[in-house]
Amino acid sequence: MYKASRFSPLASVIRHTVISLPTPVNISTWWNFGSLLGVCLATQIFSGLVLSLHFTAHTDLSFYVVIQSFGDVYYNWWFRALHANGASFFFIGLYLHIARGMYYGSYVFKEVWSVGVVILLLVMASAFLGYVLPWGQMSFWGATVITSLFSALPIIGSDVVIWLWGGFSVDNATLTRFFGLHFLLPFTVAGLAGLHLFFLHDQGSSNPLGVSSDFNKVVFHHYYVLKDLVGVCFFVGPLLGLVYFYPWLLGDPENFIEGNPLVTPHHIQPEWYFLFAYAILRAVPNKLGGVVALAAAVLILFYMPFSPKTSIKGLSFYPWGKVLFFSLIGVFILLTWAGSKPVEEPYVVVSQVLSFLYFFYFLLIGQLTRIQDKLL
Amino acid sequence: MAGWTVGKKVLATALGMGATGGAGLYVALDESVKADLTLHPPKLPWSHKGPIDSFDHASIRRGYQVYKQVCAACHSLKYIPYRHFVDVFMTEDEAKEEAAEIIVRDGPNDIGEMFDRPGKLTDYLPMPFPNSAAAAYANNGAVPPDLSLMVLARHGGEDYLYHLLNGYCDPPEGVELGEGQHFNPYFPGGAIGMAPPLYTDIIEYEDGTPATQSQLAKDVITFLSWTAMPEHDERKKFGMKAMLVLIPFTALCYYKKRQYWSLLKSGKYVYNPKKY
Repeated sequence: MYKASRFSPLASVIRHTVISLPTPVNISTWWNFGSLLGVCLATQIFSGLVLSLHFTAHTDLSFYVVIQSFGDVYYNWWFRALHANGASFFFIGLYLHIARGMYYGSYVFKEVWSVGVVILLLVMASAFLGYVLPWGQMSFWGATVITSLFSALPIIGSDVVIWLWGGFSVDNATLTRFFGLHFLLPFTVAGLAGLHLFFLHDQGSSNPLGVSSDFNKVVFHHYYVLKDLVGVCFFVGPLLGLVYFYPWLLGDPENFIEGNPLVTPHHIQPEWYFLFAYAILRAVPNKLGGVVALAAAVLILFYMPFSPKTSIKGLSFYPWGKVLFFSLIGVFILLTWAGSKPVEEPYVVVSQVLSFLYFFYFLLIGQLTRIQDKLL
Repeated sequence: MAGWTVGKKVLATALGMGATGGAGLYVALDESVKADLTLHPPKLPWSHKGPIDSFDHASIRRGYQVYKQVCAACHSLKYIPYRHFVDVFMTEDEAKEEAAEIIVRDGPNDIGEMFDRPGKLTDYLPMPFPNSAAAAYANNGAVPPDLSLMVLARHGGEDYLYHLLNGYCDPPEGVELGEGQHFNPYFPGGAIGMAPPLYTDIIEYEDGTPATQSQLAKDVITFLSWTAMPEHDERKKFGMKAMLVLIPFTALCYYKKRQYWSLLKSGKYVYNPKKY
């Protein structure tokens, strides 16, 4: 009989991960986002599982089934609102978690950082696949626009698109495979999150000062269990506020119209968390160039561990580095705004300038910190 | 910047963010006037808009009457069954009576024939046209959209729909309309296929409310808000209960966190150099 004693492997893993884990005493609120993302992932998997019990992945039925479930399945409106808004909060957490990593130099943990970027890519893919499932206008046309981007690949492009679609346009075959993939990917993300933590716990968390904290650590429980719980409360509060009082604030009204291949919406745009990448995609007048820029906007994060090393980890003690970093935040927010605008002047020029500034950060930050290091 | 106090740094950050946001807002506002040729609907004080406001169920009932007698001639409500009316704005008997007014094709029966029968609670509201081609043919080529989700499916929601219904006017100089089209500044493009559907006393309310044009529009849109969000009242009630639990729980967690951390937070590091 299996005895769960303090020496059992499972109890040992739990103890070393969340109970007796030595954690720096001075990590700030920015370090809460890791656990918050875990909570988001669990919420999305749980609410998604419940929604999948009442979902049919067929072009004739998907939209109808999703709408009908509001009135006919007890509390399905809650799970749908939680899942839709939970995705937005997932991305808020992701972007803040990455921003923390960029600011405090967490990318020096190469394995942790690389697994984290893979998680980001998979979560973005999962969010895109999930948005297609209700089969509204924006679901259908968003799927059409993004899958069509693969036709820009030289030689094999058009074949890749037909293979992705499962036919000659976005249709039932596309919807069913998107449902299967959307169901599968979060479990892959969960596994990668475990790997992410495994690599992190090999070295231990960094801290805002960027120095070694080996001489001053505390146990994770109760200190950081309670701190993370407070973080969860402050994060879940606004999420539930949206779910209960303004469930469709972040959504697009077009997605309450059933997908119609014969009627194109005036403004095809993704959800807010993809708008920065959408702006970068549309800023390049060439199709392949735009696709490369779109991919580079996210893949450039893989470069961070190979950027020039600084004497002091992070940007806390680099004033011009901080100015550049917060400019990047401003550029990111403005790119998100620009992505929601139509492809007209002056938004085209604004997107192009902002896209340049976005990539320029990654080139300039290493040089700026190196100049200050030389002055020391 | 190294010698700046915390207050100065916060001020500089706030000024920077404010300047960026202000510049972005200025550009957005400036361009929103130039780039858009559609009139944006002003906000209205809907009785169900607040975070703890429920629907006006009497208004939903009147709105159903408006839909049935005015809108149902062209617009469907294909996602709404009669059973949803029960305990919202009708009793079960009233809803059964309402459903029984329609004739529904059903079958096959025991001998394999399709037959017509009076509607039941489980039936959906009838479609005015058998298919979209028939709808387009009867409406000058424009298909009247289904109204079940219309409040959620348009930017501006209730405000847009209200102003659309009440905003018909003569086209400005130079604007050409096609045959059978009407001018409405709130409709994208200005040319709408629907004639002004509402005017004062077009119907007589069963509860005696004066049927002014604005009252008719307000009631039918409240009804359509309900069709789009049938979970609305329960959702807000649930929300109030959730906040009643979440807010004290958050305060308790915060207190316990501060209590546990107080020893570490009030610790001092003292450097005592060795005296040789």
